[in-house]
Amino acid sequence: MLAKAVSHDPAARRAHIVLIILIVIAVIATFCFMTLGARGSWSFVLKLRGTKLAGLVLVASAIATSTVLFQTVTNNRILTPSIMGFDALYILLQTMLIASLGSVAVSRMDSTLLYGIEVVLMLVFSGLLFRWLFIGHERSLHLLVLVGIIFGTFFRSLSGFVQRILDPNEFQVLQDMFFSSFNIVDRSLLGFSAVILIGALIWTYLLIGRLDVVNLGRATAINLGLNYRSTVMQALIICAVMVSVSTALVGPVTFFGLLVASLAHRLVGTDKHIYLIPTAILLGIIALVGGQTVLERVFAFNTALSIIVEFLGGLTFIYLIMRRSRAR
Amino acid sequence: MRFPLFLAIAGLIILAGISLFVGVTNVSIQTLITGGFDGRAMQVLMVSRVPRTLALILAGASMAISGLLMQMMIRNRFVEPGTVGTSESAALGLLLITIFFPASPVFVKMLVGAMAALMGTALFLRILRAVPLRDVLMVPLVGIMLSGVIAAITTFIAYRYNMMATVLGWGAGDFSGVLRGRYELLYIGFAFAILAFVAADRFTVAGMGRDFTVNLGLNYRRVVIFGLVIVSLISSTVLVSVGMIPFLGLVVPNLVSMMMGDNMRRAVPWVALLGAGFVLVCDIFGRIVRFPYEIPIGTVVGVVGSALFLYLLLRKNRRVS
Repeated sequence: MLAKAVSHDPAARRAHIVLIILIVIAVIATFCFMTLGARGSWSFVLKLRGTKLAGLVLVASAIATSTVLFQTVTNNRILTPSIMGFDALYILLQTMLIASLGSVAVSRMDSTLLYGIEVVLMLVFSGLLFRWLFIGHERSLHLLVLVGIIFGTFFRSLSGFVQRILDPNEFQVLQDMFFSSFNIVDRSLLGFSAVILIGALIWTYLLIGRLDVVNLGRATAINLGLNYRSTVMQALIICAVMVSVSTALVGPVTFFGLLVASLAHRLVGTDKHIYLIPTAILLGIIALVGGQTVLERVFAFNTALSIIVEFLGGLTFIYLIMRRSRAR
Repeated sequence: MRFPLFLAIAGLIILAGISLFVGVTNVSIQTLITGGFDGRAMQVLMVSRVPRTLALILAGASMAISGLLMQMMIRNRFVEPGTVGTSESAALGLLLITIFFPASPVFVKMLVGAMAALMGTALFLRILRAVPLRDVLMVPLVGIMLSGVIAAITTFIAYRYNMMATVLGWGAGDFSGVLRGRYELLYIGFAFAILAFVAADRFTVAGMGRDFTVNLGLNYRRVVIFGLVIVSLISSTVLVSVGMIPFLGLVVPNLVSMMMGDNMRRAVPWVALLGAGFVLVCDIFGRIVRFPYEIPIGTVVGVVGSALFLYLLLRKNRRVS
């Protein structure tokens, strides 16, 4: 089937070439990340860097996939789950949970169980929020983005507030959740996150054909016999799960998804999700693993990657939003 | 119109009074009298409480006025120094002077911060000019993103020079460190806010647009630059003294304009009073809610201000549609 597609469709051919090139670059980046500047016992180095690599790959896949899905569902290329305050919401829920149960009880609790509770809460709340924002009255895109950004600030300030009320001595420890760092990946959550993420990816794969139809717009999709509402809801659930995974692992990152998704759209040149999602994931892996390698080995920086991603992503956003208003 | 204004002033005085007497050390009329002039209560009052309350009033009033000024000049209800990159640029300027000339006096640092703020705001206006079709909501969006980019640069430099703690301190407004001798710069910011009031009619005219302004014989460019200088100086003094207070310049002028329209000369006293009152209430709340510990005002205003801003955004939309 793939071979047939390649021979007939020039867009698919281009997408395949892009994918192969990206895979090669990703492999090179991974190899460099694992081996460059390694000193001492190999088994130790490989184990240490291996867990970090696994974390980076998981986060890259989760952010890339959720952003592409979110953009398809909301039918625009500027929104991302994090711009809409998704990961700030996750942090707020986590803070609330600790506040209501007590941090001692939480630290004694099974981390996977806790994580499960957080994801379920996240699903409920983001579901409500998005029903309210997207279904019902038509709202302008700019209003949505602005509301999303302010929601993010609101959630962040509220979690800060709750943390301050909690216990002034524990505040510093808790505050770490505010700062994203690709350098410190929560190891205890790695295996569990991988399982969840793979499940979500399989679910995405099953939805892929329908997502292409969603891309055609609401009216067309319904005309073509698609159960629009159910598809959109499923995609949003996947988004919520993936955002929880990445936020739990490295904390909030605002623009990374935007950067990766808009690059993927540009490179692939087709709207087919079967190409779009893998391209976005590969770009994410290259950016995180490659970026981390360059920063660590070439410049000897430590946690500055999230800052650089934020910087580039902000510029991309300004560019996208300006081009968009010019096109109209 | 006189009487409500009088009531508002009385309300502010009461709030200021409460602010003076809230705190860990027991300061009351009784302890003040029994302690005498050299007593502990009097010392705390003079060194810590009075400066703090004054700083709150000055910073609140000037930030609210600078927000109003910015909204008049950019002709957009949803901007303030914190959402168009002015405060972030000021922080970048402050960081650079602190790194390269750590020994320079505070006043020089403030001026450098104000210069940087001016440049950042000019950059924002330049980007806006490149956007032909301006949607009302796109202006704050571009501004917030630009703020993010500038903040990222600041963080990056601070990270390299081990200055993260300082930058984080500027990012979150906090009045707990205000003591006698450490807030007086705010008077300068407030003086510029008064200057804005004196020149209010010009800004009202500039708010009507370039053509209208030129028709009335005013130099539009000069008025706008004058306004931006005022806003930059205010932002810089507030940043040096107490850090950023988010959403204040956004919410207060909007509330006032909902009550009484867009004539700036009439609105300025109200914006100043409401801004000071808002900051006082938030600070008192932050000090009481987890006594004897304090919650910084940036956090409290962040919650209240973003909630109010969300309300303004969504309410406005409902009325239009």
